[in-house]
Amino acid sequence: MATLMAQPKSSESVAPRAFAGSREPTQSVSRSRRGVVAPVLAVVVALALWQLIVWSGWKPEWVLPGPLPVLRRLVEELVSGEVASAARITLARAALGMTIATLIGTSLGVCMAKSSWVRNALSGLIAGLQTMPSVSWFPLAILLFQLGEESIQFVVVLGAAPSIAVGLVSAVDHVPPLLVRVGRTMGARGFVLFRRVIFPAALPGYVAGLKQGWAFSWRSLMAGELMVFLADRPSIGARLHFARELSDAEGLLAWMIVVLSIGILVDLAVFGRLEHTLRARRGLAEEH
Amino acid sequence: MSVLRSDGTQSVELAPPAVLVRGLSRRHGRGEQQVLALDGIDLEIAQGEFLCLLGASGCGKSTLLHLIAGLDKPTSGELRVEGGQPAVMFQDSALFPWLTVAENVAFPLEMRGASPARRRERVAELLELVHLDAFAAHRPHQLSGGMRQRAALARALAQDARVLLMDEPFAALDAMLRDLLHDELERIWQRTGLTVVFVTHNPREAARLADRVIVLSSRPGRVADEFTVDVARPRRIDAPDVSRLAGRLTDRLKEIIRGDTDGAA
Ligand SMILES: Nc1ncnc2c1ncn2[C@@H]1O[C@H](COP(=O)(O)OP(=O)(O)O)[C@@H](O)[C@H]1O
Ligand SMILES: [Mg+2]
Repeated sequence: MATLMAQPKSSESVAPRAFAGSREPTQSVSRSRRGVVAPVLAVVVALALWQLIVWSGWKPEWVLPGPLPVLRRLVEELVSGEVASAARITLARAALGMTIATLIGTSLGVCMAKSSWVRNALSGLIAGLQTMPSVSWFPLAILLFQLGEESIQFVVVLGAAPSIAVGLVSAVDHVPPLLVRVGRTMGARGFVLFRRVIFPAALPGYVAGLKQGWAFSWRSLMAGELMVFLADRPSIGARLHFARELSDAEGLLAWMIVVLSIGILVDLAVFGRLEHTLRARRGLAEEH
Repeated sequence: MSVLRSDGTQSVELAPPAVLVRGLSRRHGRGEQQVLALDGIDLEIAQGEFLCLLGASGCGKSTLLHLIAGLDKPTSGELRVEGGQPAVMFQDSALFPWLTVAENVAFPLEMRGASPARRRERVAELLELVHLDAFAAHRPHQLSGGMRQRAALARALAQDARVLLMDEPFAALDAMLRDLLHDELERIWQRTGLTVVFVTHNPREAARLADRVIVLSSRPGRVADEFTVDVARPRRIDAPDVSRLAGRLTDRLKEIIRGDTDGAA
C-alpha cells in the first residue's frame, strides 16, 4: 500500500480509493452522467433535425407536423389513458407470443444442441427462417387462421423462435469444455449435466438470443397489428392504422414514438438488464 | 501400503492398488498428424500414496490423467481404479462462475444425493479445512487465484473419492502462494489418507510433495524412471534433502529431453 500512498492529497481521500479500485466515487458519477447525457443529446439533435426539415417547407405541416405538436399530442394520449389501454393489448400479445416462442425456440435449441443429427437436419432451415421477413408469412397465416389473434401470434412466434433456438445452440457451443469435464467427474450425466452445468454456463448467451428474439417479435407484432386489426381491440398497431386512414399525421407520429419507446424500454429494462445482471454476477461486467 | 490387522500385526500389500495401469497406450489425431501420446505405460499406485508424474510439457501427463479420470478412452491397454470415480483438479480452477463458493463445494454432494443438512455441515467442514470459511458466499471471480484453487480443492474433496487427480493445479500461481498451498495439500493428504496423483513439470514441486516420482519421456510418452522420496514430512521446499532430490530429477529430465531429441534426429 506504501506506493499507493505516494503524493496523497489528503490521507482520507486516498486510502479508500486504494482499496476500492474501480469503484472510486467521482469516476463512477461522471461515467453514469456520460451514460445519460449522450443519448439525451442524440434525441435533442434528432428533434432539431426534424424541426429543421419541417421549417424547410419540404412538406406541408398537416402532412409532416413538427416535434412540438406531436409531443403535445403524445402527452394528450398519455394523459387520457389511451396509450396505456393500447399498450396493454399490444403488450399482452407480445408477452404471449414471446412465451410461446421461448418454449418452442428453447426446445428446438436443446434438441439441436444435444443431437448432432437434429442439428444437421434443422440448422440450415432455421438460419433461413431467421433471415425470412416475417411479414411474408401473413398471407399464409390469414389463410390458415383468418383475421384473428392466431394469425398475429403465428407470425410473432415464427419471427422470434428461430433466434431463440440459434442463440441457445451457439451459447451451448461456447461453453468451456473444462466445465463440462469437471461436471462429469463430479457425477453429473445426461440431462442433469445439461440442466446443472451446460445450461447455466450458456445462460448469458441464451438471454442474448432472447433479446434478439424480442426485437424480431416486436417487429412482427407491429406488422401483424397493421395488417390484422380487430375493431374491438384498439391495439397500438390499430391506432397507427386508423391515424393513417384519417390522415391524422400528428397522431400517427405520436403513436410511432410509442412503438419506438416500448421497443427500447423492453430491450433495455428487461433483456438488457437481465443480461447485465447475469454477466456481473459472473464477473464479466461491472456490478452496479 | 501397510494395513493394521485386528490381531495388531501389520501386513503389507494386502490392499489392492488404488490405480493399476498395464500396457496403456493412447494415440491422438489421425493420419499424418497422429501422435502416440502414451506408449505402453505400466504403473501401480498404492492406496494412500502421493505419486507425482513428472515430465516435460507435451509428454502425455495430462493424457494419462484424463485416462485415469475416465474422461478419455485408451487406444489399448488395461486400467483399473479402486473406489469409483476419482476427483479431478486442473490448472484452471474450473469453478462454476454462476455459483457461490459454498454452492460450488456443495455441487458434488448434491450430485450424490446428500441431504441439505448433511451438505451444509460438510461444506462448512471443507471450507474450514481450506481456510475459506469467510468466503462461502463469494463468487469465484471475487477470489484470488490461490483462493480459487483452494475452493477447487474443497470441491474435489467433497466428492469423497478415494483418488484425487491433480493436473498442474498450482502452475499458474506465484512461488510464495504455491509454497503455501503445498503445505496445505500435504496436511490435507495426511489427514484424509487419499491417494493423490499429482502432475507437474516442476522437479522441485515433485520433490517437495511426492512419496514417489514417475518420470515420463516424450514422444512417445513412456515411464523413463522412478524415484522414491524418503524425506520426512512435513517437508520444506528449501530443505537440503528436497533440493538435492530436485537437482537429481532436473538432471534426469535434461538427460531424457536430450535423449528424446537425439532419438528423433
Ligand atoms: N486431443 C488431442 N488431439 C491431438 N493431439 C493431442 C490431443 N491431446 C494431446 N495431444 C498431443 O499429445 C501429446 C501429449 O499431450 P498432453 O497429455 O497434453 O501433454 P502434457 O500434459 O504432458 O503437457 C502432445 O504432443 C499433444 O500435442
Ligand atoms: Mg498438461
